[in-house]
Amino acid sequence: MTSTWTPDEPIVSLKDVHKSFGDLEVLKGVSFDVMKGEVICIIGPSGSGKSTLIRCINALNDIQAGSIKVEGQEVNTPHLDKLALRKKVGMVFQQYNLFPHKTAIENVMMAPVLVLKQSPEEVEVHARSLIKKVRLEGKEDAYPGELSGGQQQRVAIARSLAMNPDIMLFDEVTAALDPETVKEVLVTIKDLAAEGMTCMLVTHEMGFANEIADHIYFTDRGVIVEHGPPATFFKRAKDPRTREFLSQIL
Amino acid sequence: MKHLSGSTGTDLPVMLPFRPGAATWDARDWAGIATSKRFGLALALVLISWILVDSAYAQMVGGKSQTVWETLVKWTPLMMFGPQGQFGGFILNIVVSFIAMALGTFMGLWMGLGQVSTNRFIKRACWIVTQLFRNSPWLVLLFYFMLLLPFYINIGDTRIEVSGWAKATFALSLPIMANVSEIVRGAVGSIPTGQWESAESLAFSRTQTMWRIILPQCIKRMVPPWMNWYCILTMSTPLISILGVADGMTLTQDALAAEGRSEYLIPMYLWLMSWFFIYSYPIALWTRKLENRFAVNQ
Repeated sequence: MTSTWTPDEPIVSLKDVHKSFGDLEVLKGVSFDVMKGEVICIIGPSGSGKSTLIRCINALNDIQAGSIKVEGQEVNTPHLDKLALRKKVGMVFQQYNLFPHKTAIENVMMAPVLVLKQSPEEVEVHARSLIKKVRLEGKEDAYPGELSGGQQQRVAIARSLAMNPDIMLFDEVTAALDPETVKEVLVTIKDLAAEGMTCMLVTHEMGFANEIADHIYFTDRGVIVEHGPPATFFKRAKDPRTREFLSQIL
Repeated sequence: MKHLSGSTGTDLPVMLPFRPGAATWDARDWAGIATSKRFGLALALVLISWILVDSAYAQMVGGKSQTVWETLVKWTPLMMFGPQGQFGGFILNIVVSFIAMALGTFMGLWMGLGQVSTNRFIKRACWIVTQLFRNSPWLVLLFYFMLLLPFYINIGDTRIEVSGWAKATFALSLPIMANVSEIVRGAVGSIPTGQWESAESLAFSRTQTMWRIILPQCIKRMVPPWMNWYCILTMSTPLISILGVADGMTLTQDALAAEGRSEYLIPMYLWLMSWFFIYSYPIALWTRKLENRFAVNQ
């Protein structure tokens, strides 16, 4: 399982990925590469396979054919070291999925203490700095039920960061939020991207995608229809499906 | 729905914030039950009906023999604690209910976890065992285990007698096991899949996810139905009298036989019944209170 990956190779590399749920083929041959430190946004209509695509990268969904490599390590193999993969890849969900019986700081501390077996004292110092980073000082001892959606989502981001991942996946993280709390979450993601974190986002926030992304992928019916840097993608989309989608949204 | 409104000022089923310690129970809650109108009314009803029977009887027989009250007082130590130097009576019913509940809960927890196992064989086996004991009459189970289990166990040279009440307790723990198993399965299934997914993406193993994340959230959901089954179990413990165990029921029958007067039949059984009632009713009220508290406060 020795990985020969070097930072000048793609950190995430998808080749001809096929994914089906029963008879329904959701991904019909998706390929793309992400370089270290890159921020990519995946956009597209509902049901086009965006979320499935991102979930395949940390093996929450298995794939039927093709190859996904994370830091040179193949994900689509029965011998996958899931622990190693998930230490590298952090994920944030639409519904936050915080553990409701634990406080904010406990949510952040749980995985490093239990999974990585780090000492609770060290983890707590790190966790407090992460809570500070997502601008939630003073909320360390609040339970998720006492926090707003935006605050919960920021705790969820801190919780993922506590594992020191190399790549962060964001699955429509602002879709369940009130409009006024969307911004605080986006600012947090922007900070992360500015620090050089490799980020992959599924999003409906076109303005944000335009601002933050290095590269945008448009998916429809299980394939990548069009992609490019935001400047060309938003202004000079060539494919009629992309144009139609953008005209509906912008 | 009014009783659910709580501190939110609305009677809509709104999501309340998680309050640590909401599940704790303190002396005020007990005081609340003891002084609650409904409890007082029910207790008064039992006592009044008994006094009516007592006075009617006293009038009937005149002052010649002892009153029903005197008879009850005379037999109470036996009915409550069993014959002198032996272990029995109503206290035995309570002890049996405790042990059967503890045993049934322990076995049921593992059985329930087996039912949600990813191993198909374990899952199937636990499902079959659960269904078997959930759908068997308790009395049949009692007879079955009374005859199935040996009277003695030989460990080396020592011969240990397996007493009737121990066998009965084991038999009663089996339906409790099966029902606790279903409670656990249901509670685990009711936790949103997002909890499993986020734990998985944080590299938790399945066992860690289950014990650290899923089960702690299940406890609140499991406690009310679990307490409900405790009440049902306690009410069912007099069944063991049929097997000759000297519990409260058996000794009440013995006392009646010793008195040899059918007029005592109703007050004696009413007397025993009131003990069960006084023991179980607060638990039932407490259960309802917890159910209401947890209904929207998940």
